[in-house]
Amino acid sequence: MIRHLLSGGDLDAATATQILDTATEMATVAGREVKKLPALRGRTVVNLFYEDSTRTRISFEAAAKRLSADVINFSAKGSSVTKGESLKDTALTLQAMGADAVVVRHPASGAPHRLANWVDGSVVNAGDGTHEHPTQALLDAYTMRSRLGRLAGLHVAIVGDVLHSRVARSNVLLLSTLGAKVTLVGPPTLIPVDISPALAPGTDVSYDLDAVLPGVDVVMMLRVQRERMNDSYFPSAREYARRYGLDGPRLRRLPEHAIVMHPGPMNRGMEITPEVADSPRSTIVEQVANGVSVRMAVLYLLLGGNNR
Amino acid sequence: MAYPPAARTSPPRQPSVKVILTAADVSRVVDRIAHQILEKTQGAAETVLLGIPTRGVPLARRLAARISTFEDVTVPVGVLDITLYRDDLRRHATRAVGPTDLPPGGIDGRRVILVDDVLFSGRTVRAALDALSDVGRPASVQLAVLVDRGHRQLPIRADYVGKNIPTALAESVKVTLAETDGADEVKLYGGGQ
Repeated sequence: MIRHLLSGGDLDAATATQILDTATEMATVAGREVKKLPALRGRTVVNLFYEDSTRTRISFEAAAKRLSADVINFSAKGSSVTKGESLKDTALTLQAMGADAVVVRHPASGAPHRLANWVDGSVVNAGDGTHEHPTQALLDAYTMRSRLGRLAGLHVAIVGDVLHSRVARSNVLLLSTLGAKVTLVGPPTLIPVDISPALAPGTDVSYDLDAVLPGVDVVMMLRVQRERMNDSYFPSAREYARRYGLDGPRLRRLPEHAIVMHPGPMNRGMEITPEVADSPRSTIVEQVANGVSVRMAVLYLLLGGNNR
Repeated sequence: MAYPPAARTSPPRQPSVKVILTAADVSRVVDRIAHQILEKTQGAAETVLLGIPTRGVPLARRLAARISTFEDVTVPVGVLDITLYRDDLRRHATRAVGPTDLPPGGIDGRRVILVDDVLFSGRTVRAALDALSDVGRPASVQLAVLVDRGHRQLPIRADYVGKNIPTALAESVKVTLAETDGADEVKLYGGGQ
């Protein structure tokens, strides 16, 4: 088993499938009277969040608690970071407190990789800059598998702000490992020019959403990340929504079985209309629930045994 | 009379293998346990058989099948995976988690009979009891095993035992079943002395 989870590319098909299978078993705990397992009793998981997050932090916290681990939440606001403490010093502090795993979100791409060299415990990347978010990719894959029954051979369109999206990067890596075909769709300004050969061979790029929709099994809408945009990547929000937003008419152009995903938080009216977000084909709420099961599986597989 | 000189080196001892139960024995033993369950539970009313993976699961299914042949009652069968409740998780590489599958009616208020192949230290059964208390509240819990080889490390005993096999700690007992291994057999492997 792997020691850290830093990138969607860390996982081979067998390990990724093992995580998804374990998540299936973890999901049954949510339906029980006692929603707790003793597997990580006495282990400490630190949530180290340098960026705002609701669902990912709460999801990791719920996952660790359901496995009986002790959870320490650390957010950069209100901590010594505001006094100028470096990531390394913070890491050494956590190390001294005996953290068995550090779940880290950081605005700098690559921060979890650095952290993995400094601490003895396992490091889980919960989103680093515009780089990767592997547990999101795992929960997306889990959601696709539970809705559509398989991953191999699926055609997945990832639509929108690919340039700033760590979700897109991790998904491309993981989905191609698991045998799905990915097409990246968005305005040319928001798709890195070199993305497909660099990430995974077989990944297509398209600038025309309407042409892609009739042939896909999954449409994954990405949030337009205005907080990371220092330039004007598109003329106006209205024009973006007109060309790349998923609305009712576009939803009806999808194949009957196709599902709509969004990692959240959504900009309703921008990349997705409320009609689509709340339709039965949208898996957005399901993705949140699946996130806890998948993160339980990841924490169990990293910390459950003696993998040192 | 002169004795021949003692051999300087004794030939290397092969670890001995002894068949304890043949396929026919296993089938007789399963039949007997099925009868005992019917006798002790007044016809297996309100009873659920839960197999502990790997080989407890086919054993539980066989017991249920024999019970329904003998008395025409259907006993629900389920699977109880105990991986996450083991006390030795940290001593090994991470173990794969298997499915837990309870019968539709659940186990609340019923008599649960745990089924496993070999009873040894008792730690598996301890883990199973913990797992059981997290998935429901049975009225009572019993234990059925194909082989009891002794050497308990916890105060645990079986209610139904297929065969008691006195063993040395260094020996090992291996159960194979048609469903999981291709053939029914119980073998005792010697510790090589």
